[in-house]
Amino acid sequence: MAEVLRPEMLDISNDTSSLASPELLHVLAVDDSMVDRKFIERLLRVSSCKVTVVDSATRALQYLGLDGENSSVGFEDLKINLIMTDYSMPGMTGYELLKKIKESSAFREIPVVIMSSENILPRIDRCLEEGAEDFLLKPVKLADVKRLRDSLMKAEERAFKNIMHKRELEANDIYSQLKRAKI
Amino acid sequence: MQRQVALIKQSLFDQGYLDEQFMELEELQDDANPNFVEEVSALYFKDSARLINNIDQALERGTFDFNRLDSYMHQFKGSSTSIGASKVKAECTTFREYCRAGNAEGCLRTFQQLKKEHSTLRKKLEHYFQLARQAGPKETARRPK
Repeated sequence: MAEVLRPEMLDISNDTSSLASPELLHVLAVDDSMVDRKFIERLLRVSSCKVTVVDSATRALQYLGLDGENSSVGFEDLKINLIMTDYSMPGMTGYELLKKIKESSAFREIPVVIMSSENILPRIDRCLEEGAEDFLLKPVKLADVKRLRDSLMKAEERAFKNIMHKRELEANDIYSQLKRAKI
Repeated sequence: MQRQVALIKQSLFDQGYLDEQFMELEELQDDANPNFVEEVSALYFKDSARLINNIDQALERGTFDFNRLDSYMHQFKGSSTSIGASKVKAECTTFREYCRAGNAEGCLRTFQQLKKEHSTLRKKLEHYFQLARQAGPKETARRPK
């Protein structure tokens, strides 16, 4: 193992910009209520997440570059790990926002969590069917946020390890080829 | 002084003005953010004053658009829940029930009661936060035993 060539020297892509450092999960929170925005922002910061809060689904789409006004150029560096949205909002609902995100090739992999003060089973089912990661009843608990964060971090770690393992295999492979070539 | 603050807080819980959600908010305070609960509270009263105004105007028109009233009350209930304003939240629930029943008289009556509870809570919380600040920041960041 000590003789594995460093990836940089082998011209293997060293692009880690698509991987978030585990401590800095970036969450986009969407809620039309001032009080709830302040609350969710605090919950997320206490859970060591980077937070962006917006007050409507429309603004969320603008932020993601999905509003049709902007092309996706310039949004490649935007790394969002999780979207948490209120369900009942004037204009576009959280459910409609969820659908738009799942329709987008750039953002459909991002987990979307719906928050609602109303425990309506058909609503919950509809959201989960549309691909929501989870449905949280308001008021959201710190324990809920920590649970989400932990499961996301595990997923990111797994993805990171997979890539590192792949690189190791590639490096080993090239090293063996070089060794054989010298003989 | 600190004991007085703790007693006031305990009585707010015992008398049902506040519920566990208020404690959850306090858990989020720390030395770097010692005034978080007071800030949320200020936001709540600013926001709810706006809603009360909207509802007052809607009721004054006398046309009783129950859908619209219910929508305002949904917002009111939401933020009241988030801050742990238990009695105000209960009045919101009652109001919404009257909306669904199309009961204008019930709505008017409940709204008067709601405004009373809201005003009482604001005074009590203002008093509490004022004392808490005088007593010293550390004490307010703890849960009541």
